[in-house]
Amino acid sequence: MTDTAIQPSAFQAHDAHEHSHDADHKPAFFQRWFMSTNHKDIGTLYLIFAICAGIIGGAVSGLMRVELAEPGIQYLQTWASLFHGGPQSFDEALHFWNVMITAHGLIMIFFMVMPAMVGGFGNWFVPLMIGAPDMAFPRMNNISFWLLVPAFTLLITSPFFGGAGNGWTMYAPLSTYGEPGPSTDMVILSMHLAGASSILGAINFITTIFNMRAPGMTLHKMPLFAWSILITAFLLLLALPVLAAAITMLLTDRNFGTTFFDPAGGGDPVLYQHLFWFFGHPEVYIMILPGFGMVSQIIATFSRKPVFGYLGMAYAMVAIGVVGFIVWAHHMFTTGLPVNVKMYFTAATMVIAVPTGIKIFSWIATMWGGSITFKTPMLWAIGFIFMFTIGGVTGVVIANGGIDDYMQDTYYVVAHFHYVLSLGAVFSLFAGFYYWFPKMSGRMYNEFLGQLHFWIFFVGVNVLFFPMHFLGLQGMPRRYPDYPDAFEHWNAIATHGYEIMAVGMGVFFINLIWSLAAGKKAADNPWGDGATTLEWTLSSPPPYHQFETLPKID
Amino acid sequence: MAGAKNHDYHILPPSFWPLLGAFAALTMATGAIMWMHGGHLSPEKANGGGWVFFLGVALVLLTMRLWWGDVIKEAHHGDHTPVVQLHFRYGMILFIASEVMFFVGWFWAFFDFALFPSTVDAVGGVWPPKGIEVINPFELPLLNTIILLTSGTTVTWAHHALIHGQRGGDKTGLWGLLGVGNRDGVLKGLWLTIVLGVLFSSIQAYEYAHAPFAFKGLNYGASFFMATGFHGFHVIIGTLFLIVCLIRAYKGDFTPRQHFGFEAAAWYWHFVDVVWLFLFVSIYVWGGWGAPYHAG
Repeated sequence: MTDTAIQPSAFQAHDAHEHSHDADHKPAFFQRWFMSTNHKDIGTLYLIFAICAGIIGGAVSGLMRVELAEPGIQYLQTWASLFHGGPQSFDEALHFWNVMITAHGLIMIFFMVMPAMVGGFGNWFVPLMIGAPDMAFPRMNNISFWLLVPAFTLLITSPFFGGAGNGWTMYAPLSTYGEPGPSTDMVILSMHLAGASSILGAINFITTIFNMRAPGMTLHKMPLFAWSILITAFLLLLALPVLAAAITMLLTDRNFGTTFFDPAGGGDPVLYQHLFWFFGHPEVYIMILPGFGMVSQIIATFSRKPVFGYLGMAYAMVAIGVVGFIVWAHHMFTTGLPVNVKMYFTAATMVIAVPTGIKIFSWIATMWGGSITFKTPMLWAIGFIFMFTIGGVTGVVIANGGIDDYMQDTYYVVAHFHYVLSLGAVFSLFAGFYYWFPKMSGRMYNEFLGQLHFWIFFVGVNVLFFPMHFLGLQGMPRRYPDYPDAFEHWNAIATHGYEIMAVGMGVFFINLIWSLAAGKKAADNPWGDGATTLEWTLSSPPPYHQFETLPKID
Repeated sequence: MAGAKNHDYHILPPSFWPLLGAFAALTMATGAIMWMHGGHLSPEKANGGGWVFFLGVALVLLTMRLWWGDVIKEAHHGDHTPVVQLHFRYGMILFIASEVMFFVGWFWAFFDFALFPSTVDAVGGVWPPKGIEVINPFELPLLNTIILLTSGTTVTWAHHALIHGQRGGDKTGLWGLLGVGNRDGVLKGLWLTIVLGVLFSSIQAYEYAHAPFAFKGLNYGASFFMATGFHGFHVIIGTLFLIVCLIRAYKGDFTPRQHFGFEAAAWYWHFVDVVWLFLFVSIYVWGGWGAPYHAG
């Protein structure tokens, strides 16, 4: 019962006649991709969407790194003028910078990481792992995806109407009376639509996981990736509506004369921050928990051992999810919170390091004594553990209210959250992508290019983000396009890191295209005895409708 | 389909409605933005955003009609096995849970303002803000509380009658004019619930029209109108949901064993009821304590 690995013998009755009874009839092109009710196709749509959004969001950050490569403002005014098709003043160019940082944050969070993790891999593999034929609400699954398209449209067209430069957090008063044009309203409604998409998705995942597990698969036998999506779905369900309320208040303050965040009418800008971070902190766990789940599967597979301390791993995620709801004000240490409140939020935040530590050490214990093969997914997973631990440790540093008074809004914070996201969440995404690519596409990726991608990317992102710790400790503030000469050295190095990372991404896309076109045909289970979850009992790619006879679990 | 399905889950054919719904949402959002900015995305252009917004609303309603129409057809087709019905129950409960969290946001704003009143001149460090006349909670709001609680009992009556098959009977008297048999607790209960719901919304509209404080300019009005306004909006949705159930009940859609559409409407109605109790106690009674009542 404490063993996450379901023994292959459990499926023997199922394996014997599996290919004969699963339906593989696919609808015509438009019906299949625009009217889909198939969890695998919808998962594929999500992954394609996330890759496109990731290219845009990554390109924006590239522009930012180019501008930041040396002190002074080199390119910003030219870019702003090119973008708006006419000469732009210096102030307008500075606003364009704000628009870029806002777009980068929102795109990467809401349109890259979340769609890829929950929408992409969650859709593809939760039903397969729990032995279900599809999601509980297949039609609603599709609107979860398609709502992202109008949301993204509103977000990426908003810069053409002036641009929203209030950061991904959209703090009042800049977002209320600081930017009166339509752009900020477009971003707000974009978040409403993306939020509705995620809430519907969350309802779907929770219902699927509670009601559609194969006979015999108790919650305590369920693979950790399914656990991670279950907990993530609860966080989405409970956190996003509070964001919806907060940004609706922004909307009425902006357009209908209310004073929720306007002190002149008795309102309180700090209230916005409370509401935002009550959502925003669970949001960071929404972005990392599915990564935890994927890494758990991958470490176990390539160590040929069941994951160490399965139940502890599952409930550590539950603990992170629960405690994640009561630590939000550590994002607000410099807003003038009373000392007692800061002490509480400092202590509560540090408590999260305990279940996180359980996870890190359990992954290491899983590898300990295992028969490890260093295939590409395993490299990414080990890279994840290493990088995420660095990000976690700097998180404990800035969890201290007293220290954060100095760190708030410096590059130290930027380094911290890029280590847990760009190097944590994104590493787990690549790990999952390489791990499941053979299952999804039916073809093997190129192992050499995969490992080359890992090493170039690994070096690149570390050169890119590690110097930001130093810059932050030296006091360089975030969200500015210019800085004093003293910060030049590490900024130049960080920009070179971006260049290295970009080369790594080039290798990824070459590998992706080459493998889709000419990769070797993948076996049902290319990873051997270590891969024990149900998706590996199916063909690669799986039949259009799998498990028409439900598998039975001992 | 090539294989034979050996499970009770519902595998759906492709559907156009999700894509239509997403397009409707984009139309509605774009229209709202155009409307808020004087009719066009650039401020100097002429009006027209309102029409785009209402076109979006119409498309959303159309999507709901087509989509849920399919769900009802599938129910009649026997696709809603016990496990699929269980999905619906989970789905509805989780949806209501998310709605609860939405109201948590509005209550959070209200309690922030009321427990820690601002010291700016407009508020004066007290709650309700100095100089504000509030609505007497023990007049129309108390009446509305009684109306909503009563509607909770009538919807339960309808549910009870549905489970125990209390349908039909002679169509006599006033009920007969509505085509309701004298034994038909389902139609009677639903009619009464809907009438009470409409009555609640009407009284709320009257109260808004005669409110002694404004929506704009002060956080008292902002938190009052947005919290009670979103509640009112949910009452209207719940009433529409019950009206759909009434039409379906006339058509004989519900059976004593299978009537989840009705149950979902009833759950939603109870949710709206509970939110009102919190609004009444917190915002009307406690949140208005100590301020002069508006005469009239």
